[in-house]
Amino acid sequence: MAAAEIDRLIRLLARLPGLGPRSAQRAALAMLRRPEVLMTPLAQALLECASRIGRCRVCGNLDSRDPCTICSDEGRDAALVCVVEEVEDLWAMERASSFRGRYHVLGGTLSALEEVGPDELGIGRLLARVAEDAVREVILGLGATVEGQTTAHYLAERLRPLGVTVTRLGQGVPIGGELNYLDEGTLDAALRARRPVG
Amino acid sequence: MDWQDEGIVLSARRHGERDALLSLFTYEHGRHLGLVRGGAGRRARPLLQRGNRLSCRWRARLSEHLGSYMIEPLRLFAATVLDDALLLASLDSACGLLDAGLGERDPHPALYAPLLTLFEKLAARAEDWPQSYVRFELLLLAELGFGLDLERCAVTGGREDLAYVSPRTGRAVSRAAAGEWAPRLLPLPAFLLGGEKASEGEIAQGLRLAGHFIRRHILAPTERPLPAARERFADLWQQRMEEKGKA
Repeated sequence: MAAAEIDRLIRLLARLPGLGPRSAQRAALAMLRRPEVLMTPLAQALLECASRIGRCRVCGNLDSRDPCTICSDEGRDAALVCVVEEVEDLWAMERASSFRGRYHVLGGTLSALEEVGPDELGIGRLLARVAEDAVREVILGLGATVEGQTTAHYLAERLRPLGVTVTRLGQGVPIGGELNYLDEGTLDAALRARRPVG
Repeated sequence: MDWQDEGIVLSARRHGERDALLSLFTYEHGRHLGLVRGGAGRRARPLLQRGNRLSCRWRARLSEHLGSYMIEPLRLFAATVLDDALLLASLDSACGLLDAGLGERDPHPALYAPLLTLFEKLAARAEDWPQSYVRFELLLLAELGFGLDLERCAVTGGREDLAYVSPRTGRAVSRAAAGEWAPRLLPLPAFLLGGEKASEGEIAQGLRLAGHFIRRHILAPTERPLPAARERFADLWQQRMEEKGKA
């Protein structure tokens, strides 16, 4: 029988994604065994994030600055905006280090099932930004899913009257992928997106 | 309980962190829900896109349980239309209507082949896919017991010059019989009377006609609106028509 404080810690940890009651218990025990090395620094980091991290009012990224580090970076091309679904997609793009523009995080996709419409996604904010910041190109970096592409088509329709170039990420064979192991949907998309060699 | 069938994905919702709750329109068992273990994972997600045709095996201890699905791909229709707004909207709309309109575990095998034919036409970008789409919606109405009577005029009984449909009874009305009531009737597009070709305006009329009766007979009794995907498809069609008109 654990102390009430430990019980509470386990219950809170178990609410995190990827952790069930058993793994939460393991994590709590590991922290309790090495409080100076694991628990205190973690508690400090949590408090710091809770008090300092917020949404960037320009792009929706998570950062301690507002506008965020990316939006404040003068070295980035402000006329090039990549629209992504979630912050983790922005992080994925940043890992690739090949994009030097700015971002816009939608926070999801249009979904009839989840009752997410254009207002919930703040699409008006994106349109205003494109109009005000003289954006030249919007890259739609949304998932190759029915909902992701429905959102992409909707955005393209709304952006077109603003005179901005709208592009989307390519779809097809991944680097290191072998045709034999690809699903027919990816192959179909790759065939449609084929281009001249050289 | 254990059966094997095939079906079209109508919707898939994440269930917990790993699994997904799948609504499948199966050939023999109708709209049937089931849990897909690992359905939220990277491998299963491409299969669980709306409109995909899957082979499935459903298992549960008792028939009234939710049960779980084992799935294999047969034809991934969603991927074939992702790059075209109108085709994607029509696939999304057909699935949305079936998801909203069909009762759970109520078999409708007569709808299955026409749905596959429609999706094959979308994938092939066939010229007559819009006609097939409208016919599919009318077939859905007929299958649920609200078929329109487009054979003869509700007033005169004649088969000539049918041009309208009564929004109340769903029966055709000839141009002559409509008289001054014509503005209050729904236009009947000629392609629904056996014509092969249809103009964009006639498709819009067909969507308006089917939409009116789907709303009235299938959705209104449970106070539900037309699915957002269906609204979007009709809006998009109208918008494309207006753009072409301007050009």
